Amino acid sequence: MNSRKLLNPWTLFGAAVLLAAGVLDNDYYLTLINFIGIHTLLVVGLNLLMGYGGQISLGHAAFFGLGSYTSAILTATYGINPWLALIAGLVVCGVTAFLIGVPALKLRGYYLAMATLGFGIIIYIVFTEAQTWTGGPSGLAGIPNLSVFGFKLDTPKRLYLLIWPVLGVILAISANLVDSRTGRALRALHEGENAAQSLGVDTSRLKLLIFIWSALYASLAGSFYAHTLNFIAPASFGFMFSIKLVTMVVLGGMASIWGSLLGAAVLTVLPEMLTVFHDYEVIIFGAILMVVMIFLPRGLVRGIMDLWAFRRYKKEGKIIA
Amino acid sequence: MELAPLLQYLISGLTNGAIYALIALGFVIIYHATTIINFAQGEMVMLGALCAISIYHLYPSLPLAFLGGVVLVTVVGIVFERLALRPVKDPSPITLIIITVGGAVFIKGVAMLLWGKEAYNLPSFSGDAPFHMGTATILPQNLWVLGLTAVVLLGMEAFFRFTLVGKAMRACAYNPRAARLVGISLSRMVQLSFALSAALGAGAGILIAPLTLGVYDMGTMLGLKGFCAAILGGLGSSFGGVLGGLILGVAESLATGLISSGYRDAVAFFILLLVLFIRPQGLFKGDS
Amino acid sequence: MLILELNGISVAFGGLQALDGVSFAVSPGTVQAVIGPNGAGKTTLFNLITGFLAPQSGKVVFQGDEIQGRPPHQVARLGIARTFQLVQLFDHMTLLENVMVGRHRLSKAGLLAGALRLPWTKHEEQSIRERALEELAFVGLSDRADQPAAALPLGLKRLLEIARALAAEPQLLLLDEPASGLDAVETERLQEMILALRERGLTILLVEHDMGLTMEVADRIAVLNYGQLIATGTPREVQRNPEVIAAYLGTDWQT
Repeated sequence: MNSRKLLNPWTLFGAAVLLAAGVLDNDYYLTLINFIGIHTLLVVGLNLLMGYGGQISLGHAAFFGLGSYTSAILTATYGINPWLALIAGLVVCGVTAFLIGVPALKLRGYYLAMATLGFGIIIYIVFTEAQTWTGGPSGLAGIPNLSVFGFKLDTPKRLYLLIWPVLGVILAISANLVDSRTGRALRALHEGENAAQSLGVDTSRLKLLIFIWSALYASLAGSFYAHTLNFIAPASFGFMFSIKLVTMVVLGGMASIWGSLLGAAVLTVLPEMLTVFHDYEVIIFGAILMVVMIFLPRGLVRGIMDLWAFRRYKKEGKIIA
Repeated sequence: MELAPLLQYLISGLTNGAIYALIALGFVIIYHATTIINFAQGEMVMLGALCAISIYHLYPSLPLAFLGGVVLVTVVGIVFERLALRPVKDPSPITLIIITVGGAVFIKGVAMLLWGKEAYNLPSFSGDAPFHMGTATILPQNLWVLGLTAVVLLGMEAFFRFTLVGKAMRACAYNPRAARLVGISLSRMVQLSFALSAALGAGAGILIAPLTLGVYDMGTMLGLKGFCAAILGGLGSSFGGVLGGLILGVAESLATGLISSGYRDAVAFFILLLVLFIRPQGLFKGDS
Repeated sequence: MLILELNGISVAFGGLQALDGVSFAVSPGTVQAVIGPNGAGKTTLFNLITGFLAPQSGKVVFQGDEIQGRPPHQVARLGIARTFQLVQLFDHMTLLENVMVGRHRLSKAGLLAGALRLPWTKHEEQSIRERALEELAFVGLSDRADQPAAALPLGLKRLLEIARALAAEPQLLLLDEPASGLDAVETERLQEMILALRERGLTILLVEHDMGLTMEVADRIAVLNYGQLIATGTPREVQRNPEVIAAYLGTDWQT
């Protein structure tokens, strides 16, 4: 039930995207903004799984990588149309997520975390070792640009005009999902699995669905990434990147669509702007994860919002009762 | 196939397997006391190795380095539990996973600051003159690893079976409420479990350091393999964890020799996924 | 025609026999209470009917179907809803959203339909919302529809949980100690509510410690002790049963 007011987040988002398109002409900033967009895609997907569904993936970089490498190999090596390659990437990621999710999600708690972690490491090793396909540690170059109706997306500006509108659509779809029957069931499963089951929610099927769904977001982001950089190497898809994604979710707030954008933006921009941040990145991520989860287990932004809302309702409650 | 390389693989497999077993036991002890999977367990292994190496550089005595490393890391384990886990208000699995993962990353980052990215050597406990067994070579350190692991495992078993504290810990795992009723302090037991498993991890790291060098990022992989071993053995059974470690070590070493060394680390996770697929309750446990 | 039949149900946890050959039946449109001292197996019985536990032996028959051993969500889809002894709400969701989840079994928008907000799902959402608001009004919580569930006091939480179960339009409603934690006024309201639900034609299975409430609302009572059924009958019959009196001697027989 979004209000029809002009000042809702969606019109603001659209206006900001358009404005930036008109104003920005610096390739460095545009590229940075494109990366924010790609990271947000990843983080929204992960947030649907983690923040809304309460399941954790410690190997999301692997799905990102699978999408990326599928696009890269099919286009650079086999000359297949990039859009077909992108779809192939989605299929590969969807099927892989299904295969990992079926056994891991049958069990409660830690198994998905460990299985995805292990999976992420295997995939990373494959990227490095399967040199004939992936080019090994030195990477894969010569990935062609995407084009739309014969219009080649070969500058940061043009890519921006693809990535951000697509991101807008994905954000809207995600917000719809969260506010739908399935989204409510998902949140319910997170907050009380037994209660959700007692109302007819098939929780294991739902967990599997959302795991696959979030892998698809990662795959899409991966394809965009490959065509943005025109070159990919395994180092972008390692364990630390999975951790970085989790940190973005935690910082932006669990179960918050707009928070995902915030978390992705902050942790994409800061390492670029502050060299200190870059040097101590690992320690900072670790500290953010621990401190936020200890004190505000729903994430930073969400946690603060909750505290505020709860206090307000508590007050009202006292007046009514 | 020839027998000689097979024997060689077996020896290095058992050595690594013993290390995995020690780490697995660390997972099992904490899981028993708290049902937490401590993702920072691998970092204790790394810290053990690097602390011992630094102590050895200050004062070249191996026993002192070993003891010092274990004690320091035990303190880290206790502090970690006290600062990062005890204050948690909402101990849901996802919160605890993220916190221990955060802890692992944090510890790794600090280690990188303190020791840098280079790998350090710790001398073998009793020289590097190899024995020959047929065509296979055995280093004295292999024997140290196997021997000390066996001693530690027997010691742990005796501790849980015969000492009052050990029995109390088992009681807590079995029935926390009843344990509290008879006056066992649950939080003390949790603390003890973190201390013990940190010590075990550190010991594992120091034992393996002369064979593999010590480096700030060795913990993640070792921790994961320890976890694989624990799962293989059916999380919650120490005996199973030990067997799981040995099986994992040998399987990995054989696969390395027979397939390709590049995929060595993938083997453990392949086995993990396979076990999750086929027998999630572990190989040696009847119930789930 | 019976709505629910239990036939020789036995469950053991390790060495403990939680339920031992329990059989009884519930007629449609009645309020059936299950009472017994602590540890008699009442909650185990609920978990068994709703699929959270499977019996070692025996049958659970709901409207002619054997349902023992089916997973909880399948049991729920047949039209059995429940509340929990320790209230289990979706704390960070609003009251309205909590109740809307109750409509899950009666609606069908899947992940894709919801994400794309297909036109037909809007109608479905609308009707989910309306029905949920009706149930909220029934328990008297309409004015708080947009608050998070966590902000409610315990008494109101229990009511919300009932509203959520009702939104599933169950044929059989299981209430697990709905009056525990309620004050006298709230208990009174609960009593009226249960009777009103029976008027609606709903069948209710009730576990309750508050004997006053139980005796007022129950048509029939089954008494469990140490996992065994020791008596069934009308409240009056049960109260006079010497075995029941013996089982309760020395325990908290609240009136």
